[in-house]
Amino acid sequence: METYSFLREFADSWMLLFLFVVFITVVIWVFRPGSSAEYRETSSIPFRYDDAPAATQDEGRT
Amino acid sequence: MINTVKLIVLGLITLCAMIAANYARDLAYMVHALIIVLVSGGLFLWVLRGVDEDKPAILQSEYMDGVIRAGVVATAFWGVVGFLVGVLIAFQLAFPVLNFEWAEGLANFGRLRPLHTSAVIFAFGGNALIATSFYVVQRTCAARLWGGNLAWFVFWGYQLFIVLAATGYLFGGTQSKEYAEPEWHVDIWLTIVWVAYLAVFLGTIIKRREKHIYVANWFYLGFIVTVAMLHLVNNMTVPVSIFGSKSVILWSGVQDAMVQWWYGHNAVGFFLTAGFLGMMYYFVPKQAEKPVFSYKLSIIHFWALIFLYIWAGPHHLHYTALPDWASTLGMVFSIILWMPSWGGMINGLMTLQGAWDKLRTDPIIRMMVASLAFYGMSTFEGPMMSIRAVNSLSHYTDWTIGHVHSGALGWNGLITFGALYYLVPVLWKRERLYSLSLVSWHFWLATIGIVLYASSMWVTGIMEGLMWREVDANGFLVNSFADTVAAKFPMYVVRGLGGVMYLAGAIIMCVNLWLTVRKAPAQETSLTVAVPAE
Repeated sequence: METYSFLREFADSWMLLFLFVVFITVVIWVFRPGSSAEYRETSSIPFRYDDAPAATQDEGRT
Repeated sequence: MINTVKLIVLGLITLCAMIAANYARDLAYMVHALIIVLVSGGLFLWVLRGVDEDKPAILQSEYMDGVIRAGVVATAFWGVVGFLVGVLIAFQLAFPVLNFEWAEGLANFGRLRPLHTSAVIFAFGGNALIATSFYVVQRTCAARLWGGNLAWFVFWGYQLFIVLAATGYLFGGTQSKEYAEPEWHVDIWLTIVWVAYLAVFLGTIIKRREKHIYVANWFYLGFIVTVAMLHLVNNMTVPVSIFGSKSVILWSGVQDAMVQWWYGHNAVGFFLTAGFLGMMYYFVPKQAEKPVFSYKLSIIHFWALIFLYIWAGPHHLHYTALPDWASTLGMVFSIILWMPSWGGMINGLMTLQGAWDKLRTDPIIRMMVASLAFYGMSTFEGPMMSIRAVNSLSHYTDWTIGHVHSGALGWNGLITFGALYYLVPVLWKRERLYSLSLVSWHFWLATIGIVLYASSMWVTGIMEGLMWREVDANGFLVNSFADTVAAKFPMYVVRGLGGVMYLAGAIIMCVNLWLTVRKAPAQETSLTVAVPAE
């Protein structure tokens, strides 16, 4: 099979399925148990470090 | 040591550019070579003068805001330049006499039109994206920009790209691909700048002090990576001569057309949408002082947009040599795009839930809400126009121009103005903007300007489409092309006036921002305790 036909067939079968599964997995993963509390924390990131970066002394991420 | 290397490199570049200017085969290339001689020669002298000076230590405990301030100034400046050229070419279409005899071949419509599109998209929009992305990535990662002065290289390198692109169009150095007009040597320079941009952005994310990467950064990163990919694939050219600006693209025929519109539509999808959504996801919550409505929706919004937008390009090639299956695919994906687009719009608007009263008191919020409304309208109109039957009427008419401008002026323009109004008091440490009523003036001028623009283009576009397809009883075409041109005159004047209003609003903004920096009271830096009034 020539390269074009092979790629074309691969793209509209296995690759399509793969990308679709990835997307569905992301959607399911977003609604995993406990995500609401975590996202509440994440969505407040813009309100924390307005004036200066986090202090470099304390180890690990806040 | 590092200075010696810099001097040698800059000296060599200057020398090579001089040789290139000498052997240049066309005017655009020679002008570019001379610009590079001036820039690299000037940098050589600047580095030479600073050899003995001690460099101030970089403070990791401070954000790098200098480059963002420069970016804000550049955004406002290029915005006004781009709108001004837009107004000029709008009136050139209405009054052809404005294509002056003496400026033929330099400043006629054909030369100025790509100058306008690139100035507003890449100079105004690009500078806005670079400046805000540097601001947002620092604040949401709680870390200073990675790479020291590399961010300054990105800023100045991008300005050089803009100047090279703009002079190239005026002097005729263009590869005639929409939104990808710059020739091969300018493309190479943009690639270098873009890789540096990616490095600064990604480096900052990697050294972040927050556990999670905030959603705005996902959108910005999607924009940077995809634009790099699009730029490389659509500019696979072989220069005819190393001393000339002409180049030949690797793709041919319909493949070339498909690659071009894959690029072209994703320039809209990732430059003007994903990047500006990054802006929206930071500045709307900040201005509303509330976190985004649904963080879950924002994640789904991101992945849906990334997965879908990349396939929508073929809808630009209905009824061409492109196979039907490909243009149907593009059409279907364009229609599915309704969902993430409207999901994002709803997410932005609903962020104001419980704070709708701000709409009455805060003209900046009003601007952001109007911007989201225009985003919703143009992402509704776009998929509709991508349907083959609708496209047969709308394609090649002014309807397309109206659609592009309701998105660009409404969504991109207004969200950028909102971000600039937010940023200037913060970056220059002012207590507030100089005048909120000037912001209101800007808002209404811009909104009325867009409405005039979009509605006149709808009328003229649909009229033009219907006139083109009108046949008499014997099957002959009723109208000649010149008939449609004559019929469009009043709408062209209205469109030009809409542009004048939008430009006037932008000039008011520049004055307001300038006075904010000069006249507005400085922010209190001391930690005075507020005494409650009895």
